[in-house]
Amino acid sequence: MSSNLEDLYREVILDHYRSPRNRGELPVPPAYKSEGFNPLCGDEVSVYLDADPESRTVRDIKIQGQGCSISQASTSMMSAAVKGQTFEEARRLIRAFKALMSIHETRLEGEGDGSDLAADLEGVRLGDLEALQGVVKFPVRIKCATLAWNTLQQGLDEIETGE
Amino acid sequence: MIDTQSVRRDFPVLEREIRGNRVVYLDSASSSQKPEPVIRAMDDAYHCYYANVHRGVYQMAEETTAAFEAARHKVARFIGASSPSELVFVRNATEAINLVAYSWGRANLRAGDVVVLTHMEHHANVVPWQMLAAERGVEIRWISLTPDYRLDVSDLEQLLDGARLLGVTAMSNVLGTINDLRPLVDAAHAHDALVLVDACQYVPHLATDVAEWDADFVAFSAHKMLGPSGIGALWARESILEAMPPFLGGGEMIRDVRLDGFTTNDLPWKFEAGTPAIVEAIGWGAAVDYLNRLGMVNVREHEERLTRYALDSLTNRFPDLRIYGPRDVSIRGGAISFLFDNIHAHDISQVLDDHGVCVRAGHHCAKPLMRQLGIAATSRASFYVYNTEAEIDALVEALALAEEFFRI
Repeated sequence: MSSNLEDLYREVILDHYRSPRNRGELPVPPAYKSEGFNPLCGDEVSVYLDADPESRTVRDIKIQGQGCSISQASTSMMSAAVKGQTFEEARRLIRAFKALMSIHETRLEGEGDGSDLAADLEGVRLGDLEALQGVVKFPVRIKCATLAWNTLQQGLDEIETGE
Repeated sequence: MIDTQSVRRDFPVLEREIRGNRVVYLDSASSSQKPEPVIRAMDDAYHCYYANVHRGVYQMAEETTAAFEAARHKVARFIGASSPSELVFVRNATEAINLVAYSWGRANLRAGDVVVLTHMEHHANVVPWQMLAAERGVEIRWISLTPDYRLDVSDLEQLLDGARLLGVTAMSNVLGTINDLRPLVDAAHAHDALVLVDACQYVPHLATDVAEWDADFVAFSAHKMLGPSGIGALWARESILEAMPPFLGGGEMIRDVRLDGFTTNDLPWKFEAGTPAIVEAIGWGAAVDYLNRLGMVNVREHEERLTRYALDSLTNRFPDLRIYGPRDVSIRGGAISFLFDNIHAHDISQVLDDHGVCVRAGHHCAKPLMRQLGIAATSRASFYVYNTEAEIDALVEALALAEEFFRI
């Protein structure tokens, strides 16, 4: 195993992959279900969100689906990170995680020179998620890592426009 | 018998090292590597005589046109076509199938007409027909699989009842299954249905005779058979091509254009609007020459031997490995899809890549098939003229490391 690969498959990633958090389903409704697909590999993920409309908080989250270790670990870490958070906090996490993956969707004119990264990451505690930073060196796998995050974002968008 | 060591000297890319390991290229079913004679033929065209085809009256234009049309002859002869006018150059096999769906399909299919496909088709032979189904109300029926990964023809007669077209792959890009085409073609013709064969995986690996298949349309591409990407072909019977309306309109495909309309060019140029992939065609001709020198019987014999060796090595070393495809090498080609329980194909392939072993991971553009198999993805190793038993050993060793790393 090269150091290159050890960078990708950090121990904490393998831990989430072997023991994924928040697996399962929630009854729909009241929970909201959003589905994501990775056309590259055929992976599918369903994110169940139990949202409190009053406090705009993710009360509970469950995950169904299949995928590689990177997508499974990223999904598991995402679920642990956003559970109990407000929508705003969840959205900041999404932005910060995408910045970590070198994706800056909010500033199309930006050059991605690092200042965007700093702005997106400011004040956000990524914790375990930082272990996924090694994915950036494997561009094809970035889609694996971001699948669940895009699906969460889609779910939040649909909940908020539906309200 | 193929002298692999001498063949490998023609493929400089195989000398490459990836992270200290000699590259082991096992993804030829996706796209093959290119030998020196192909690269040289294309270089020569650009260095020595390049011009547009069928246009200029100057010497270089004539030389390029002659080389371009000579390539068409070579490719046509390679698949047993009776005339080069039946061989239409297109961008790739996907475009060949779309050409049939747009031109023949839209001229001939009405609501309620039936197109029969199989569960082992590539998206290229599924989506164009689904688009037509959505537009025209055409009904699609499916030939399913037997437990040993062959086509289940037990209800073929009912499926073909009312059918106008049967679309079938000659060899599955996922399972490796070689389909016995002639009985399918005969059954379809008995129902007055035409037959389109997706021969992408077949033409590079086995001697092909479209007359023996008796099919009506055959689609294939250059890049899987040692030629360049960017060019493929549709072969079809002359009478069918004559009756079909043109596909893309523009230069080259016309005989005459007036303010109030146009008339079409002769075959095959009627279907070749715009400047074609000129140098790619010339490279494809060189690839055909190369395969002819090796001999397609030898190519097949080499791949059967490698496939048997790989199936034996994989099953002996990994009793739990699931292999999706026939075990009988006489009815399969050298594309082997496999999966460990609880280890995703992406993870396997990532570790293999760490050792310089290139395999494909994913759904292989055959999602309907993957759904039938109840899986999302497989890893696939595939072989060609330059692969060796030692490379299969390297695959097995790298797989052992991957399996150990990801075992839950």
